[in-house]
Amino acid sequence: MSSTTERPDQGSQTEAPAVPPAPSRLKDVLRQLVATRRVIIGFAMLAGLALLAFLGPVISPWGITERDYLSTLEGPSPEHWFGTNRTGQDIFTQSAAGLQKSLLIGLLVAMISTAVAALVGAFAGYFGGITDRALMWVADLALVLPSFVILAILSKHFMGASGWLVLVVLLAGLSWMVTSKMVRGMTISLREREYIHAARFMGVPPRKIILRHILPNMSSLLIADATIMVSTAIIGETALSYFGLGVQPPDITLGIVIADGANFATTAPWMFLFPTALLVLLVLAVNMIGDGLRDALDPTSKSRRS
Amino acid sequence: MGKFLARRLLNYVVLIFLATSFAYVLAATNLAPRDYFEQMQPPPDPELVNAELDRLNLNDQTPLAERYANWMSGVLLAGDFGQTIQGGSVTDQMLMKAGVTLRLIVVATLIGSFMGIAIGAYAAVRQYRAFDKAATGASFFVLSIPTVVIAIVIQVGAAAFNDFIGFTFFRYSGEYTAGVQGEWWELLINRIYHAILPTLVLALALFAAFARYQRNMMLDVLGSDFVRTAMAKGLTRRKALFKHALRTAMIPTITYFTFTFGMLVSGATFTEKIYAWQGMGAWLIDSIARQDVHVVAAVSWFMAVTIMLASFLSDILYAWLDPRVRV
Repeated sequence: MSSTTERPDQGSQTEAPAVPPAPSRLKDVLRQLVATRRVIIGFAMLAGLALLAFLGPVISPWGITERDYLSTLEGPSPEHWFGTNRTGQDIFTQSAAGLQKSLLIGLLVAMISTAVAALVGAFAGYFGGITDRALMWVADLALVLPSFVILAILSKHFMGASGWLVLVVLLAGLSWMVTSKMVRGMTISLREREYIHAARFMGVPPRKIILRHILPNMSSLLIADATIMVSTAIIGETALSYFGLGVQPPDITLGIVIADGANFATTAPWMFLFPTALLVLLVLAVNMIGDGLRDALDPTSKSRRS
Repeated sequence: MGKFLARRLLNYVVLIFLATSFAYVLAATNLAPRDYFEQMQPPPDPELVNAELDRLNLNDQTPLAERYANWMSGVLLAGDFGQTIQGGSVTDQMLMKAGVTLRLIVVATLIGSFMGIAIGAYAAVRQYRAFDKAATGASFFVLSIPTVVIAIVIQVGAAAFNDFIGFTFFRYSGEYTAGVQGEWWELLINRIYHAILPTLVLALALFAAFARYQRNMMLDVLGSDFVRTAMAKGLTRRKALFKHALRTAMIPTITYFTFTFGMLVSGATFTEKIYAWQGMGAWLIDSIARQDVHVVAAVSWFMAVTIMLASFLSDILYAWLDPRVRV
């Protein structure tokens, strides 16, 4: 990621004015992103949802757990924008707060798991031999472990104020494997490039080569993959919460609100419809951005898109 | 090729053993079977609880290593996965429930992957046409909806539809009608009837993932030289597309299948629970609530085995599709 900040500097450092400025990849990518309608729509949707998630609980006159005993299980009204549930809690406030936590979980999981995947994959690919074997074997083992079972067994640790952070770490710990295999493959092909050889012969330690030269060179892949990971994590958390095995009350996520509403889906559709719509919009927005990013960053996939 | 597959198989067996051990240790240290007995009404005598826990090999006062050795030796030597917390044999129950889950997963995989590959490949051939746009848009949308939500929405939709037409056209609860009697084919039809919706839910998610992936792979291949050569040497377009393009484009999809299968297995868990099927996934969720260590470990074993079987199958398919592996 450091490369994206370094490169424009290098461009401005060129002293001879006769030489046209080196084509900046960052600028290229940005231009392409702006031209991709999917990405713009995705970003707009995501921004709207983030605004809703962080402002919603503030502007709503109701607290997250506050109960309105005068209106239980009532449809949308001027007082309760998304209606209320069986105990008179405001669905709008709950959905917005849940959205906020789901968003945070998604972002954190994506960041952690992509970092782990990048490090494991790059070290395995760069060193090869026994390191490679050992790391990839761990990845294989983690792929076999049914992640849902492990999360479900450990769900009692998700209680308490920082319980959701434990969930984040576990979700990340169970979702880095596929990306790390991809990173490993790319590292193996990068390892034989001239500039890596040059760095090695100059005596740069392997750790530095990986962090300075190899990982920045696949930052585009990593960013695109991290974006997809956000939506995967959000979906995973929702599924766990649906069975009461995810984030525990009083913390609230979209999964919990949806699980509450699912039983009333026919009798009180607003309880199910609104949080579900928010969730689907959120995942859709993230996927659109990730998809567009991958296209803009990966020159070989140009022809694929409609 | 035989050697290649044998080596993979050995690796898989080791991985299954480790995954099961890990799940057992995790379950034994994190679940509390003692609580299950102590919260009974009326509260049982502590001595009795201890005796019962000892009998079940679940006593937390026994060292973990000893409990593990006991359990694992039973599994390895006699295929005995211990007893459930209520005293039944885990192995017997597992045999019953595994069939339910396997039926769901296998049929959904076949339908989902076949439809996904066919539609994805066809969309690539018709790139930018109406069919391609519709297929790409649909799969993108479905991929953005969690399986849980798909399952609930389809269930709610079916219930609403039944209400609307006035009789139960769709079955969305249970694996068969309770207490149904009749000829074997009537029972079979009854089961198939119940299986339609849950299978559809699972297949739908799988279909979306496959269609998207296969389309990209197919597009990569369509522009390549060997497809042009195939057509230039006089093959019909259809033959070139099927024998050369599709075959090559399916190789990466096979690998992709291995990665999605784990997702499918947990998707099956949600579907079973929501559609009230007595399968492994629903059993797992119920057992965690009952603090049943042996069942949790056994279900993990089952899931690891299915994932490994899927990987092995994709190894075989891979070797069949890609001649380079066979040497």
